[in-house]
Amino acid sequence: MRTARMLVTTSFIVAVTALSACSASSPSRVSASPGVSASPGATARPTGTVTVLTHDSFAIPDATVKKFEQASGLTVKFVAAGDGGALVNQLVLTKDAPLADVVYGIDNTFASRVGDAGILLPYASPAPAASSKISAGLPATKGLTAIDFSDVCLNVDLTYFASHDLAAPKTLDDLLDPKYRDMVSVTNPATSSPGLAFLLETVAAKGDGWKDYWTALKANGLRVTSSWSDTYFVDFSAPNYGGDRPIVLSYASSPPSEVIDGKPTTAALLDTCFRQVEYAGILKGTDNVAGAQAVVDWMLSDDFQSEMPNSMYVYPVSDTASIPQEWLDYAPLSPKPWSMSPTEITTRRDDLVKEWTGLVLG
Amino acid sequence: MTARGIARRPPRLSIESWWLGVAPLAFLAVFFVWPTTALIARGLGDAVGSSLPWSRMASAALTTLTLSTVGTVLTLAIGLPAAWALFRRHWMGARFATALATVPFVLPTIVVATAFRALTRGMHFADTKPGMLATIVAAFVFFNVAVVVRVVGPVWAQLDDRQFWAARTLGASSFRAAMNVQLPALTPAIVAAAATVWLFCSSSFGVVIVLGGGSVATIDTEIWLQANRFLDLGAAAFLGIAQILVVASTLLVASLLRGRLRGSGLSRGAAQAKRPSGPRGVFAIVAALSPAFVVFAVPLSALVWRSVRTRNGIGLDYYARLFDGHELAGVASSAASAAGRSLTIAVVTATVATTLALAVALVATRRRRGGWLHIGVLLPLGVSSVVVGLGSLLTLTRRLPGGFSLVDADLLVPAAHIVVALPLAATVIAPALRAVDPRLRAAAATLGASPTRVFALVEWPLIRRSVAMAAGIAAAVSLGEFGATTFLVRPGAPTLPTLIFHLLGRPGAENLGMAFAACVVLAVMTLAVAMVSDNPRAGRMMT
Repeated sequence: MRTARMLVTTSFIVAVTALSACSASSPSRVSASPGVSASPGATARPTGTVTVLTHDSFAIPDATVKKFEQASGLTVKFVAAGDGGALVNQLVLTKDAPLADVVYGIDNTFASRVGDAGILLPYASPAPAASSKISAGLPATKGLTAIDFSDVCLNVDLTYFASHDLAAPKTLDDLLDPKYRDMVSVTNPATSSPGLAFLLETVAAKGDGWKDYWTALKANGLRVTSSWSDTYFVDFSAPNYGGDRPIVLSYASSPPSEVIDGKPTTAALLDTCFRQVEYAGILKGTDNVAGAQAVVDWMLSDDFQSEMPNSMYVYPVSDTASIPQEWLDYAPLSPKPWSMSPTEITTRRDDLVKEWTGLVLG
Repeated sequence: MTARGIARRPPRLSIESWWLGVAPLAFLAVFFVWPTTALIARGLGDAVGSSLPWSRMASAALTTLTLSTVGTVLTLAIGLPAAWALFRRHWMGARFATALATVPFVLPTIVVATAFRALTRGMHFADTKPGMLATIVAAFVFFNVAVVVRVVGPVWAQLDDRQFWAARTLGASSFRAAMNVQLPALTPAIVAAAATVWLFCSSSFGVVIVLGGGSVATIDTEIWLQANRFLDLGAAAFLGIAQILVVASTLLVASLLRGRLRGSGLSRGAAQAKRPSGPRGVFAIVAALSPAFVVFAVPLSALVWRSVRTRNGIGLDYYARLFDGHELAGVASSAASAAGRSLTIAVVTATVATTLALAVALVATRRRRGGWLHIGVLLPLGVSSVVVGLGSLLTLTRRLPGGFSLVDADLLVPAAHIVVALPLAATVIAPALRAVDPRLRAAAATLGASPTRVFALVEWPLIRRSVAMAAGIAAAVSLGEFGATTFLVRPGAPTLPTLIFHLLGRPGAENLGMAFAACVVLAVMTLAVAMVSDNPRAGRMMT
């Protein structure tokens, strides 16, 4: 009896839903916070707390943060909101009630989604790093300030190839060679941002042939994990980890961490790189625009920028930030990274990921 | 229904007024119906003209069905012998063991999932997909054995043995007599238990998200993934509808089965549980209980063990580190303040949910169509809490014209918890109020007591215990709520379960150790609440 009634009511709910589907498609109202962003000339010293939403890999020494807090009078809170894609999606889902004042860690594979959703206040930082040589060369996206960049590349375990008397691969095509069978581990583009970068790279490199490429890669014993740490820390056969895969997806900046007794044990394959840029932005609806701007400026300061290689394994955009010597020695950037325009990424990303999932994991 | 006899027109706004039903209805309309329908409406809108990930969705649905079925069968296989040993056999400690068997049931899903993580840590098999599936099923069994014991046990205890012995006397073997005489009598209870277990398995978000490692997807976790990773609200909406259909069809099948099976039961008598005779009898009890015991004790011990096993030997380092007041990286909150927040939310949830549930029960027992209100209040049981959370995020976060926002008032999470807890609170209170003999009320009224006085002096003392129990259940549900909270929690304001989930996702032995310690703390908090509010047994038995 009760069950039957419950069913009736449930179907009623579904019916109501279907009816209201037509009316509910009006665009959601953007929050009616002060529409004018604080004038750039405002001299009032910012105060209060600035909450910065970050991706899960964010790390910066406490001392650096303390120093800025003392100098600026601001309190800065960092809150992790998941991996790259999850971070952006949360911003979109919560645009009626922004989670923070500043967001850091949106990369170029998701930048356009943020731009399209209209969730950022426009801001052009006066900091020199905002117009550095490198920043000038990066694709600009509405409301976003480039903070750092890195090259997602395949890394190889040099000791493995040396001890097996095998030449390490160099290009994407090399990976299809049967002599590299069961050697490659990459990450899932649906759940990991380097994975997505690598997928976009194959599309940039192979055009319409990307599906054939992945089919062949899969046939050659590809392993796919859900996160970078699974691939790098667990699968990588490099001496520090002892996994079973000598070719893994990581970054151009990874090898310096694997230098043992002054000798590199791994190397990045510079022909297999995709350039990833990470941006910061100010969220619409913040009640501390001046504070938020000060935090973005701080992220471009050399104090912050010089910490990035050691804390987050990324290259600073500032021309004047200091770069560790071992990076200069062992972490060269790719001279010709693969890339894809933000617009193309926007239009194709979701379909590519879904097709990839069906093709490789299905 | 029984109240129909009292036809006296109540004065306005009295305890008998239908106005009482407005509060729960309005609450559910704003905090449940609107968010859920808006999410589904927006999702269906988004889905028009875009391709949905049908194969992923289908595989999530298939995984849900398979896992739930295997989970239910195994739960019955382990729970039925346990029910036999606890309710058919009389032995010292049986009552205590029965109470103990209910404990896993009130534990938060995140705690149980983490306990299994603690258990399987370092086992290579656990990182493979079959290993993950097996661990998930084990966690299902852990949770739900209590349902089987509590639903089937009491019926079994009351089975009249005489027909069984009559069959034996007529030459049936012990096995045949049990199969042909006792089993049919137990079947309705078994079906009820199975349906309940099946529902809990199919909507177990926390277990799958923690133990599935991203490669096992059920309907609930796929909703989360589609919304969070792909921003595909169309897929999320379709999966939400699928979930509702799964629940509805389970209830339908269960009710059909029970309808068919009714009447085949044995007469119920005052059968006495037997004392075990000799070593063989004792062995039978041990054998019947040990699988359930292993499923409970091993993961929980692993959890406690891992929480005290530090690099420097056995110690409370992780607890000390957890509660030394420092802000944990990435959440901008200390564990102590997360625990305090969880408790506050639990108190608010318990207070509001119990008050609303009482209003529902009053209307349901006094107004002619009040039963509908009760059914309406049960609806959130059929909808995934993930859907409630995501829907609330899309609708309830907007600032009202006056500047008021639920977000600023920190009411978003409590509101979702109340939605989840209200049906359970109502399920506990309504039968208690219905059980009050209407003649008592009528007598008091005839003697001149106002409806309010009748309630305060006649009914309240009789239902007080049930109300306390409802409050305890609501608080326990709130303490462990994870599915909706994961969408609604604000930066710097995690609850204990979301904090645990965050810690689980961070690298390093210390974070994992702190997650284990936090789970032990949360488990103790939940059990304390459940014990204070008397007996948790009526908790989630909705059938």
